[in-house]
Amino acid sequence: MEYFVQQLIIGITLGSIYGLIAIGYTMVYGIIGMINFAHGDVFMVGGFIALIAFLALLAIGVTSIPIALFLVLLIAMALTALYGWTVERFAYRPLRHSYRLAPLISAIGMSIILQNYVQIAQGARVKPLPPIVTGSHTLMSSDGFDVELSNIQIIVVLTTVALMVSFSWLVAKTRLGRDMRACEQDLKMASLLGVNIDRTISLTFVIGAALASVAGIMYLLYYGVIDFYIGFVAGVKAFTAAVLGGIGSLPGAMLGGLLIGLIETFWSAYFSIEYKDVAAFSILIVVLIFLPTGILGRPEVEKV
Amino acid sequence: MTEPLLSIRGVETFYGNIMALKGIDLNVNEGEIVTLIGANGSGKSTLMMTIFGNPRASKGAITFDGRDITQMPSHEIARLHIAQSPEGRRIFPHMTVLENLQMGATVADPTHFDEDVKRVCTLFPLLEQRMRQRGGTLSGGEQQMLAIARALMSRPRLLLLDEPSLGLAPMLAQQIFRTIRELNVRDRLTVFLVEQNAFHALKLAHRGYVIVNGEITLSGTGHELLARPEVRAAYLDGGRREAHGA
Repeated sequence: MEYFVQQLIIGITLGSIYGLIAIGYTMVYGIIGMINFAHGDVFMVGGFIALIAFLALLAIGVTSIPIALFLVLLIAMALTALYGWTVERFAYRPLRHSYRLAPLISAIGMSIILQNYVQIAQGARVKPLPPIVTGSHTLMSSDGFDVELSNIQIIVVLTTVALMVSFSWLVAKTRLGRDMRACEQDLKMASLLGVNIDRTISLTFVIGAALASVAGIMYLLYYGVIDFYIGFVAGVKAFTAAVLGGIGSLPGAMLGGLLIGLIETFWSAYFSIEYKDVAAFSILIVVLIFLPTGILGRPEVEKV
Repeated sequence: MTEPLLSIRGVETFYGNIMALKGIDLNVNEGEIVTLIGANGSGKSTLMMTIFGNPRASKGAITFDGRDITQMPSHEIARLHIAQSPEGRRIFPHMTVLENLQMGATVADPTHFDEDVKRVCTLFPLLEQRMRQRGGTLSGGEQQMLAIARALMSRPRLLLLDEPSLGLAPMLAQQIFRTIRELNVRDRLTVFLVEQNAFHALKLAHRGYVIVNGEITLSGTGHELLARPEVRAAYLDGGRREAHGA
């Protein structure tokens, strides 16, 4: 029982990180129907910006952890958003009216560019960050096994919940959110009504990148290490999460992230850690056989 | 004579290598209802979309209120208060009726939003009961009303209507035509109407144009066109076949 609860905590934490990245995939897919393969690498860039920002803040003598965390959050979100904007502006927008595969190839290219750029600029070796958030609480214990809930896990989950709630509110209630949904449902019609679709698409990338950067910070704080390759692995997982939940669906991305995190954790805990990815992808395949549009994806219903 | 509100001069539009519009000349004056009639695939809807720059005219000029809009992006054309209820209605199926109307008001001054919602609900009382319902759950006729209502939300200076009667029961089509006339007479709304239902469209319109294979072949007042034997043969006396051959 204690072991189960412990794994549950770990799984939810991991799932939160996947969920935040998955939102970026699902939003971009919803609005322009492309898989932004560079999104995982934008997450990685976010992690690196956070690492550099942490070290810079420590160097100039910012020692208060909450202030440092807050500043890093701001810096990483802003700069990563700029990366997201740039990628869309230069790699995807010029290809928007090209044939369907062109932006996809361009996205793979961007992914490789970002990975190589970080590898060259930051080195290929794993970068550590000294533990910033420490401390944990023992929830229960028996037979010498303690269920630990660490402060960093609390931060990861609470931040994720807060971001998802505010982002869902943005999509459901604000004008920008409405424009985004309109573009998702009928890009051309939205433009006929006066929506600047280039701007709306740019903002979608910007928001997706900002959320991914938060995931990057969480990853960095949680694991304490980062390298140029984490974007690929996490990206594939988050993409899987988006498909599992139903690509194009926002709650689907969140749910999918959580599920992938839990499946991976529980498989590692009870079966074998080597096959955790096999487990996650097998479940994806099974779900897609029975629910081709994912768990919360909506089948296209259109009345003529 | 005053400048026409919308003027189309020698407009050519291509889909790939296919020339869909072959040099269209057409005017819409302020306060008029002008109709464009033609068979399926004659280029009617293409012209509607070309006015909005999507697809863009490869030749010729489109001016609105004295401004050249030929190269303007679609959303900026919308900001000039040209509104369109396009082919296939294209309402947002996963948005509520109210949200669809909010989208229609994108370029409008938000201070008169509530007033405008009331106004379109007076025109189409059915919509009022459906306000919180998603667009995709409406019937075809209701969707058509919503598409027109959405276009009206921007307080357009020019309303483009693409086949508002398509797929509607005759009663409902009649009602839509009545509403268009009412808007024109009461609010002096300028309307450019594309129709396959030539009889009703020509009866309603001040002037009309006939398009065949991307070219304007006839123009005149609604009554004149109704009286022309070639119009009767091609569009009114059940003779769709001749229309394709023309």
